[in-house]
Amino acid sequence: MLTKRIIPCLDIKDGRTVKGVNFVDLRDAGDPVELAAIYAQEGADELVFLDISATEEKRKTLAELVYHVGEKVNIPFTVGGGISSVEDVDILLKNGADKVSINSSAVKRPELINELVAKFGSQCIVVAIDAKRKDNQWKVHLVGGKVPTEIDLFEWAKEVEQRGAGEILFTSMDHDGTKNGFANQALRKLSELVNIPIIASGGAGNMSHFTDTFQNGKADAALAASIFHFKEIGIKELKTELRENGIAVRL
Amino acid sequence: MKLVILDYGAGNIQSIIFAVERLGYKAVLTDNVSEILAADKVIFPGVGEASSAMTKLKSSGLDKIIPQLKQPVLGICLGMQLMCNSSEEGNTKGLGIFDIDVRRFSNSVKVPQIGWNQIEGLKTDLFLNTPNNSYIYLVHSFYASLCDETIATSDYDLKYSAALNKDNFYGVQFHPEKSSTIGSVILQNFLERIS
Repeated sequence: MLTKRIIPCLDIKDGRTVKGVNFVDLRDAGDPVELAAIYAQEGADELVFLDISATEEKRKTLAELVYHVGEKVNIPFTVGGGISSVEDVDILLKNGADKVSINSSAVKRPELINELVAKFGSQCIVVAIDAKRKDNQWKVHLVGGKVPTEIDLFEWAKEVEQRGAGEILFTSMDHDGTKNGFANQALRKLSELVNIPIIASGGAGNMSHFTDTFQNGKADAALAASIFHFKEIGIKELKTELRENGIAVRL
Repeated sequence: MKLVILDYGAGNIQSIIFAVERLGYKAVLTDNVSEILAADKVIFPGVGEASSAMTKLKSSGLDKIIPQLKQPVLGICLGMQLMCNSSEEGNTKGLGIFDIDVRRFSNSVKVPQIGWNQIEGLKTDLFLNTPNNSYIYLVHSFYASLCDETIATSDYDLKYSAALNKDNFYGVQFHPEKSSTIGSVILQNFLERIS
């Protein structure tokens, strides 16, 4: 049986992890490669690296990081953040990334999805969507959720699927950082609307939130950052609890 | 040991190279026929779309070379699918090594299947030290049905072939290079136990 996936997300700036990471057993808490290897060992199903640096050398630094992660880590990983061209994706995949995620660049130029799918295949193209509720409607936001658009989340998700994306990573800006649980109503609607996997993101605060998002939100995977980095939840104990709740996980 | 990974422009080869290196081996990525023929083991990778991959294979002439290889060959993911008779994806004629057709999952499940599933019914030395129901990582929309050549099964939408074997040819639908510890056991079996 296909299992539900647990995905820690690491924010990267200039080749280093940002946001506090509270791993006492880490020699270097800022080293994404070491952190990634630990998560893989603890039973993470995949990893996501989100690059938030804005330097000129960004592309080269990120490619080097991807190469070093690939050398060490024997589970799949996705790289996102500022990817806007076929060439960007080519460099990352060649250096060992399994998938890339695109966000604002796809909204600005939706044909990018088709171009990437034609060249690299659906299986490695994740479209990340950040959205926020406004007047009872979910509106897509750009640039890490900072810039609102008038685009409807569900219409955009449908289009993303039709253009060939392999997966959707949906972050609710209303839930992100709140630790009050995932946006399960919207997730469920998304999951029933499209026939590609949905990764839930934003709002994880405790273990029951994951059970909820798999059972009520019908998510195929769940992503979280700080609760894993600060060891508020261990991946093994989370998966053990999920299994006790009847959710198929890899243990 | 001389290990060759077939180079025909298929994406994402690097993760296979890394996985092999973690086991202490060096792989050569090449489309050079004499180098391929001289190899002890051959890995046939592949991600992406079947018909365009087949076109690339043909333009490099590898479609003629692969079925004649005498050393152990391991097809991974699309590599395995291209070793079958045909694929529904782009109505592609395959290499015909495995006597089975490749079909698309129905829309009663999410397509592609992405993530960790289990394998069982394990046969051949490829799966030495591999417990039944081990978890492996897959990303695919198309599958090979069960057949006489099935050496591992998995379940998604229906029971299908997670691995195939005929003579010196092996194929796995999953990605051993991304399937954690058990994936490297399977890769190591191919490199060390299959001859």
